[in-house]
Amino acid sequence: MTGAARAVSTAPPPAKGVALPLTTRLSIFLRLLAIQASWNYEILLGNGIGFCTEPALRLLPGGKGGEAYRAALARHSQYFNAHPYFAGVAVGALIRAELDGESPTRIERFRTALCGPLGSVGDRLVWAAWLPFCSLLALLAFGAGGGPLVVVGGFLLLYNAGHLALRAWALRVGLERGLQVAQALGGPVLRQGPQWLDQGAAFIGGAALPLALTRVIGPGRTLLGAVVVAVVAGALVITRLHGRVEGWRLAALLLAAFVLYSIAR
Amino acid sequence: MIAPPAGYVGTALLGAVLGLDVVSFPQAMLSRPLVAATIAGALAGSATLGLLVGATLELFALETLPIGASRYPEWGSAAVVGGTLFAMAEHVDPLASPGVMSTAVLGAIATAWVGSRSMVLLRTLNGRLARRSMDALAAGSARTVVGLQMSGLLGDLVRGFLLTLVALLVMVPAQEATLARWHSPMRESRAVVVALAAMVAGGAVWKLVHAVPRARWLFLGGLLCGLALMALT
Repeated sequence: MTGAARAVSTAPPPAKGVALPLTTRLSIFLRLLAIQASWNYEILLGNGIGFCTEPALRLLPGGKGGEAYRAALARHSQYFNAHPYFAGVAVGALIRAELDGESPTRIERFRTALCGPLGSVGDRLVWAAWLPFCSLLALLAFGAGGGPLVVVGGFLLLYNAGHLALRAWALRVGLERGLQVAQALGGPVLRQGPQWLDQGAAFIGGAALPLALTRVIGPGRTLLGAVVVAVVAGALVITRLHGRVEGWRLAALLLAAFVLYSIAR
Repeated sequence: MIAPPAGYVGTALLGAVLGLDVVSFPQAMLSRPLVAATIAGALAGSATLGLLVGATLELFALETLPIGASRYPEWGSAAVVGGTLFAMAEHVDPLASPGVMSTAVLGAIATAWVGSRSMVLLRTLNGRLARRSMDALAAGSARTVVGLQMSGLLGDLVRGFLLTLVALLVMVPAQEATLARWHSPMRESRAVVVALAAMVAGGAVWKLVHAVPRARWLFLGGLLCGLALMALT
């Protein structure tokens, strides 16, 4: 964040140059949904950034295939990393900078500075807060007896309301603020949102686990008391082992052992 | 109902589309086990059974969030396999198959693990393609940029299709052979798999929220509410 802030500290107010036609905006938005399609260990998200900015770069002097277009596309198809939902901030800001005629050096410096914050803000808000929150809420609905349509439909509607709104916001704020976009990443929702969501997820998760367990266990209900004790003990062990072994791997090994035992007994 | 093995092609196509959702397009969480297994269950004859195994797999998946540069199991195609295994076997004869849940969940986890490896392989291949195209990228070739993106999409689609198809071809007979020799009673079988899933989820939620202010107490409060409701039902 500080790097990005430094990069924009000397920036002039965003120029309101070339306006993007609606079809170009839509094209960019749709491309953003596939921004990670060529994700790789060489340039990570880099090619995806070039892919998403490409429709707007056609508006540069000389049009598609022109010198400015090719130079800008080359700049944006290099190494880049960001959370996929927040990559729209970078895509929008880079497009605005190109269309406003910022110098390539400033654009490249800004691009480098933006990598870190867009990854960490996105991870904290989406993967570590919004996704588990929605998932646990769906498990609560399942535990409360919800059918497939309610549980799955509810989960998809809720999650994607947030997902698509975030992607749309990211692109809009990037296009509007250009090189001054760093300030938008310090907003209260992005700073406090993960904490609020995690607090909600904590309560919902606590309530959802026993209810979901009760529904799945079915005929094993007579063993419910022992199962609850085993779950609490097992969860404590997994928490203690954090960093050394992943719980799902340990559970998979135990499950495989139980399957073998059930065949051999 | 799915008629094996030709019927697996439709399921493998579903696995391909939901595998694509994990990273490449559109990351709308259609690939979450809760969703993917339910859709696969519906295709195999029962969405409700798919939901049941999907919820169990979702408990496992809570621990494997795609944070940072972590390598995580590929649950999209895997949940399709799990949902199909469970719904197919359970739909035919629920009473004669006490080990269905255990084998379906184990099959899905194994597929998720292989799926994770296949994603690493695909990313390596994408990287080789990108490295070979560096000159064209540096020259600002739109054709190369779009081509790399499309080949990545296609590669991921093929990856998910093959993963699901091979997993079904291997695991359906393996499950049948296992169930024919299964000796643990139904209640024990179901209790073990559910306990394992819930302990992974419990640990995952705790790890996620324990450092957040007030979240420990909120979690414990929720847990008490959940246990009270569990005792009442």
